[in-house]
Amino acid sequence: MKKLLMTSAFALILSAPAIAVTVADGDELAENQEYRFWLLDAIKTTDPQKNTDVEGSDILRQIFEGLMNEDGTGAMVPGVATDYTVSDDGLTYTFNLRPEAKWSNGAPVTAADFVYGWQRAADPATASQYAWFIELMNVVNASEIVAGDVPPDQLGATAIDDNTLEVKLTKPTPYFVKMLSHPTTFPVLKSVVEEHGDNWTEPGNLVSNGAFVLTSHNLGVDITMEKNPEYWDADNVIMEKLTGITVNDQNIALTRYEAGELDRMDIPAGQYPRLKEERPDEAISIPYSCSYTYLINMSDKGREELKDPNIRRALALGLNRDIIVDQVLQGGQRPSYNWTQWAIEGFEMPEIEMAGMTQEDRTAEAKRLLEEAGYTPDNPLELTLNYNTSEDHKKIAVVAQQLWKPLGVNLTLNNMEWKVHTDRMQNQDFELARYAWCADYNEASTFLDYFRSTGSNYGEFNNAEYDALLDEAVTSDNPNEQYTAAEQILAAELPLIPIYHYANVDLIKPYVKGVALENVMNSWYGKDMYITAH
Amino acid sequence: MFGFILRRLAVAIPTLLLLIVFSFMLMHAAPGGPFTQEREVPAQVLANLQEKYGLDDPLWKQIVDYVWGIVRHFDFGPSFVYPDRTVNEIIAAGFPVTLTYGLLSFILAVVVGVSLGAAAAIRQNTWLDYLAVGISIGAQVLPNFVMAPILVLIFTLSLGWLPGGGWNFNDPLYWIMPVIALGTSYMASIARITRSSMLEVLSSNHIRTARAKGLPEGRVIRKHALKPALLPVISYLGPAFVSMITGSVVIDMYFSTGGIGKSFVDSALNRDYAVMMGVTILVGALTILFSLIVDILYAWIDPKIRY
Repeated sequence: MKKLLMTSAFALILSAPAIAVTVADGDELAENQEYRFWLLDAIKTTDPQKNTDVEGSDILRQIFEGLMNEDGTGAMVPGVATDYTVSDDGLTYTFNLRPEAKWSNGAPVTAADFVYGWQRAADPATASQYAWFIELMNVVNASEIVAGDVPPDQLGATAIDDNTLEVKLTKPTPYFVKMLSHPTTFPVLKSVVEEHGDNWTEPGNLVSNGAFVLTSHNLGVDITMEKNPEYWDADNVIMEKLTGITVNDQNIALTRYEAGELDRMDIPAGQYPRLKEERPDEAISIPYSCSYTYLINMSDKGREELKDPNIRRALALGLNRDIIVDQVLQGGQRPSYNWTQWAIEGFEMPEIEMAGMTQEDRTAEAKRLLEEAGYTPDNPLELTLNYNTSEDHKKIAVVAQQLWKPLGVNLTLNNMEWKVHTDRMQNQDFELARYAWCADYNEASTFLDYFRSTGSNYGEFNNAEYDALLDEAVTSDNPNEQYTAAEQILAAELPLIPIYHYANVDLIKPYVKGVALENVMNSWYGKDMYITAH
Repeated sequence: MFGFILRRLAVAIPTLLLLIVFSFMLMHAAPGGPFTQEREVPAQVLANLQEKYGLDDPLWKQIVDYVWGIVRHFDFGPSFVYPDRTVNEIIAAGFPVTLTYGLLSFILAVVVGVSLGAAAAIRQNTWLDYLAVGISIGAQVLPNFVMAPILVLIFTLSLGWLPGGGWNFNDPLYWIMPVIALGTSYMASIARITRSSMLEVLSSNHIRTARAKGLPEGRVIRKHALKPALLPVISYLGPAFVSMITGSVVIDMYFSTGGIGKSFVDSALNRDYAVMMGVTILVGALTILFSLIVDILYAWIDPKIRY
């Protein structure tokens, strides 16, 4: 009791309403409430703990519901949890679950279902590729369970009663709550998984707790979900059916959009300006939480020349990002001079010197630095850039090659198949490598942790001051101070050449309402959408 | 003939085994594995995955276990990339689709191709010949990756008659464009082969003799010319049939049919070893089977051929 009082948990009542959707004034609902969205490829799994894809996550957010959802701006709003409390030391989270939440078979959703889902994600027997996500959440014993040293039932997630879930963390994790809309943390019903084994995700077998239930899944063709009458907020869900349609070619997808078979699709590269002009109400560009970069190999296996910070700075200065963004991509992407995506919630962009310069000044400075190091167009620095097969990567690489050539850098372009490219990066078998990182959750640390000495960090950048800043950020009242300082270290050390921050360029039929257009994670919920008469 | 068939079937088993061993070794020699991702999977998680799928065993043991699984239970193993599906399920879902549009394309290609080629040869240097040659050249220069988007533009976007893609066994409207796009270039090749073979046969001595005996022209063509003229066509049809019914990645991609052709390419790119092996064995077995059928057809058409 004493301990309980000492922790003196404080309640954080989630301010946003949980109600699904409100029809705007003047909108007349269509009779057919079906939303048909584009999928580039087959959905690999509908198992929350085994999914690894963004598209798979989009499907899972419709058929399952976690403790938290995201709203149209990316803010966390109640899901199955109505509210939660955090202990003073930031190590214990207690979630209150809504008693009216039900599975599609009518059974109540309980705290034990979350515990089972989380244990399942960490359990080596499940062999989830996203087991690291539970580790990243710093749940007690997660790493030990993944390593097989401790049984899954020792995970720091406990069902206090049917409607109370307690989670214990190994260290304060300010972004913990933001991770709870990720499908890896969704509950699953133990009895169904045990009854059907690996086939539990088949339509008909799959029991879920989201606003929709899976009704069919033709691998590589289409996937359909229909409104779940058992969903706790079903009365406020207007959409009746969601259909994901696989079209493996973006240009064919555009044809099918124009033929009225799709309500939403990604615009093929370079076509946004034309489509924006032709269809101003339908073509949109929204920031997306990914950053595109050329990684520099800083490891012992990397080139000696690239260990010189002036050479790295010259390469970063000499790359005219405006050409790449305005003339190659043409989709509302932003040139980048830092790592963290600009629209990440709570992140304040630091003043990076390079960003404030004109391109003429940058180019002149790049030339000077290279000359100082002894490289000129007559005696160029020979470098190789690895990139995986893609027309866009190729175009950007050619631009880099042309921009660096007059400065005294001869860039050899080394195109390779995706798995080969990845394998080489992971083995530090590269000089420069195309790379991109997308956020796991809507907070800057998801980007910045990448360059920790212990992070994924394929270029093996190692900076004690940088690591210390990120450690400090965890308990900081204003972690943005540490984040911007960390960005300044990256800007000075340049283990990467930032190129651009992503945007999603989409065509959306004007009769589709309730699409999340300000959510940098681009997470969407069919329960928040509706179709107007057209 | 019966002995020949038995001998061929006996040879097929070691051939398939060799195919399995070589494919297995080649796949594992390629850089990267099924769990190689842009975001590196932590070492412990990777170890758990490899243990679950038996990838931590020596290669020889993996091959032996794999073959034993097929022999005992006809089990081609689990997919590494589609974790809730087995290879058997993936093939069972995709192959019927490919088989349907492949068979229909085959029928289209043979019926139209042979008719066009034969008519062109019989009416050599007439407008019919020029038309047939023109059609087959036109079809030949429009490979399926060109034909597919053209069909979609015409029949989906402009006319709105056909769905732009997808697959539905119960609705033939979904079949039409894949069948035309896949069958057309084969049809053109069959027409060309039939025409030149027919011309050669029509100028041979036994046809001259048949005509000299006063046989009606129709009977000369049906009884004496068509059968031998079809021998080179049949040689072409064996491998063509296999490549049609084992799928075309272009057709699967453009029409999102969910066919096995795209699974084959995807499995190679994803290093989904089990799916790739499953489809390789399927294609290998069908190739062996249809080359045997071609040989039998040869013997039936030309009794002089002995094995």
